Amino acid sequence: MNILLFYITVIAYLLATLISIAYLISHNEKVIRVANHTILTGFIFHTLTIGSRWFEASRAPFANLHEVLSLFSWMVVAIYLLIRLRYRLAVLCAFVAPFALLLLITASFLPKEIIPLAPSLMSYWLTIHVGLAFLGNAFFAMTFLFGIMYLIQEHYLKSKKVGGLYFLLPSLDILDDLSYKCLTFGFPLLTMAIFTGAIWAEYVWGSYWSWEPRQTWSLITWFLYAALLHGRLTIGWRGRKAAMYAIISFLILISSFVIIKLFSWGAHAVFK
Amino acid sequence: MHIVVVGLSHKTAPVEIREKLSFPSQTIGEPLNRLCTSYEINEGVIVSTCNRVEIFAVTRDAEKGLWHVKKFLSDYHNIPLEQLDEHLYSHTSEDAVKHLFRVCAGLDSMVLGEPQILGQAKDAYGYALQHKTAGVIMNKLFHKSFSVAKRIRTETKIGSNAVSISYAAVELAKKIFNSLTDKSVMLIGAGEMAELAAKHLLSSGVQEIIVANRTYEKAVEMARCFKGTPIMFREFTHYLKKVDIIIVSTAAPKYIIHPEQIEEVIKERKNRSMFFIDISVPRNVDPLINNIDNIYLYNVDDLQGVVAANLKERAKEAKEAENIINEEIDNFYRWVKSLDVVPTIVALKKKLEDIRKGEMEKALSMVNGLQEKDIQAIDAMTRAIINKIIHDPVTHLKKEANKVEGDFYIEAARRLFDLNEESLKGEEKLVEKK
Repeated sequence: MNILLFYITVIAYLLATLISIAYLISHNEKVIRVANHTILTGFIFHTLTIGSRWFEASRAPFANLHEVLSLFSWMVVAIYLLIRLRYRLAVLCAFVAPFALLLLITASFLPKEIIPLAPSLMSYWLTIHVGLAFLGNAFFAMTFLFGIMYLIQEHYLKSKKVGGLYFLLPSLDILDDLSYKCLTFGFPLLTMAIFTGAIWAEYVWGSYWSWEPRQTWSLITWFLYAALLHGRLTIGWRGRKAAMYAIISFLILISSFVIIKLFSWGAHAVFK
Repeated sequence: MHIVVVGLSHKTAPVEIREKLSFPSQTIGEPLNRLCTSYEINEGVIVSTCNRVEIFAVTRDAEKGLWHVKKFLSDYHNIPLEQLDEHLYSHTSEDAVKHLFRVCAGLDSMVLGEPQILGQAKDAYGYALQHKTAGVIMNKLFHKSFSVAKRIRTETKIGSNAVSISYAAVELAKKIFNSLTDKSVMLIGAGEMAELAAKHLLSSGVQEIIVANRTYEKAVEMARCFKGTPIMFREFTHYLKKVDIIIVSTAAPKYIIHPEQIEEVIKERKNRSMFFIDISVPRNVDPLINNIDNIYLYNVDDLQGVVAANLKERAKEAKEAENIINEEIDNFYRWVKSLDVVPTIVALKKKLEDIRKGEMEKALSMVNGLQEKDIQAIDAMTRAIINKIIHDPVTHLKKEANKVEGDFYIEAARRLFDLNEESLKGEEKLVEKK
């Protein structure tokens, strides 16, 4: 059942992406409204996908790569929908929809069977740790997307050749501000994820910290984002520099995640 | 009944012709009345602006009507029709309606989507009302075109991108800063365009404005009219870090703002963006400052480029506007058609009523000894019979009139009941007076 719902979600996000592209070309507000409704519909199916998988597995579906990518995508769309409640920023759909779609397509190529977990791992710490980690990552994904939007809009303004997306994107200040806000949400979540991960590690393996690749990389990521937050708060990093930094940090985050998963190093490999 | 338009605009006629054919608004009553004295023309509205002269009319016959309007235009201005004809365009029915919708929405204007034409069309319609040359059809037509123009303005972004340099500067500021209400402006030097840009910024919410001028008295005077703060010219560099938008327009022959200076300023501002607008020629701001992060510099040519891009964007929106117009034309014509069915129904009712009255008289003259009460009863009965017979055909006629084949139903009703043209025309007048 969850597989069927999963593919319905993929189709909805695909449609939302295509309609968003049509908006980027036509600049027609009605088109982006349709895209927004489509992604919302997709989100409802996505929620049902995760819910039904949770029910079928009798545990939080936060274990194998297929599951966490789907969760990641779901959280990105959820944050998008929350942002849309407060900001008139329809064009964001054109960035979130392809991103969420890409995550789901990657997930669709991965083994989708529900794997039984070792009883030692079956703990609410799994839900909390993985949930926090990916909620944090989803906020970082948003800083990444806002960073891209910032660089596009900045390019138009600096080159003085306005046109195309210039008319659709909001002001630089808003993009910078939203990117910063997402960072301030993402960072504490990542911090908590590392702490809960350590506690869980102690509970399962008897050691808080074992310098296995996942832990090491999450610490590196933590330092990257700590530096960005620090730079923004004290040195006055903003605009282009902060946007570039956010983009590069996220690329490091995602590639370390993928590489570790692919080579199944360390303790986290149990989830492969 | 046909709607026609004859006109000329900046697209078809040079200004020498347009000025000869214009109708000054002070004396528009006379031509309006003269236009409508013709038997062929029932209603008329004259729209006359510096870019166009258009005569909208409701005529009995499309071809004859067009000819009469053209003739009127040439007679009134004493210009032979042959000379005029090459500059004139004319449309009838749907095309005429479409033309008015497009004109009111600014789709036919020199600057695409400009809003003034709507006001001018409203004035023109007002004059026609005042001189009683606008009737049922023109009322509906003009009101409809005003609401269509309004709908286009709200549903498309045809009027949203600036097409003047000073306003383009404001829009750029809005693409850099989130809101202008907490931003401050410095005006260095004076000049029409710079002052206009400052004025637009103020009306977009900017609260604080600082004015620097080589002549301090001038600065004081300008500051008073912008409710700003005057400063000495040599002091302006100290204020750079406090302001977000800087408009430069001095007569200095060289750069007065340099990259090294701005690098210092932006550091002190903790990288909060600054927007420089250099309107002076020769330029007063070193173009290299645009390479500094969070600094945006636009000169006159850059702003001109933005305006050109905005016009292109408007052209994109115009396509959407055309769709709205096509939709609204259908709505309007549904109403026009229903108007055709009304005289038919009135004529039908009148014919039956005439028959009833005639037959009543005949019958009453043959029968004796009826009391007043009996006559009333018979009268009521015949009336009821007629109403019941006529009820269904009338309902169906009204319903079918809005459909494509509506004309056939109306035509059939006319033939079946032998409602000739004469009786219809009489009724048409009656409807118009209502």
